[in-house]
Amino acid sequence: MANDKDKIKKINIICAKGAIEDVYATLVLGNGAVMEGIETNIFFTFFGLDAIVKNRMDKLHTAVVGNPALRLPGGMRMPTLLGVIPGMEAFTSWMMKKEMEKLDIPPVSEFMELITAGGGKIYACKLAMDMFKFKKEDLCEYVSGILTVGEFYELAGGEGSHIIFT
Amino acid sequence: MAQKVYAGVTVDVNEEGYFTNPSQWTREIAAEIAKEEGIDLTEQHYQVIEWLRKRYESGEALSIRSINKSGIVDVKTFYQLFPGAPLKKATKIAGIPKPASCV
Repeated sequence: MANDKDKIKKINIICAKGAIEDVYATLVLGNGAVMEGIETNIFFTFFGLDAIVKNRMDKLHTAVVGNPALRLPGGMRMPTLLGVIPGMEAFTSWMMKKEMEKLDIPPVSEFMELITAGGGKIYACKLAMDMFKFKKEDLCEYVSGILTVGEFYELAGGEGSHIIFT
Repeated sequence: MAQKVYAGVTVDVNEEGYFTNPSQWTREIAAEIAKEEGIDLTEQHYQVIEWLRKRYESGEALSIRSINKSGIVDVKTFYQLFPGAPLKKATKIAGIPKPASCV
């Protein structure tokens, strides 16, 4: 087992993308840290903001065009051209969410409820908020504050603290 | 395999201190493991522990989300009852294996 001084004491995760897999990678890492008793800050910026905007957070999609790792049920690669069929992105995203539900992975809003109930903190990036013309009222209740990059670094400081960019 | 003595009973544990034979568990043993973890067990702790054991026995996976849906405590209370790493601590005290779940 690692020495106490080798242990991770704080995790700071930055999520700049808003596809299902980007946001879930962030939330699984964040929730996992909270569950281990690690102090956790999650910072959403650029397209990642969709994950904390009230009327968007539970409607995230996954990219079906330009996603070479995406496969059809059975394992065949999904031809990019199929991705342009209307409804394909919505269908694929629905499938992803259904599969996640089977593994007891909660929807985004519920995941954030679990994270914040355990003491994890969720923040929005000020610059991206300004750029996408979001207001504080657009954000879900789980957001603790809107930070500048300087404030984020201040928050992320300390011994045993790590920054992850998902 | 390691062994440990709790409340005068010798039990089988793995190298992390988790029970390898959950049937060796008793309420008195739980209180002693909890003390090692710095927790004084209350009736609410026992309710959670017994729910965890039941869930384990029925073969269902344990996740932090399942706690929220247990109807016994919400997640916030769960974190308060077992501060730090609640699912790890609670399962250790409950005498069941460490959950292998990522959520």
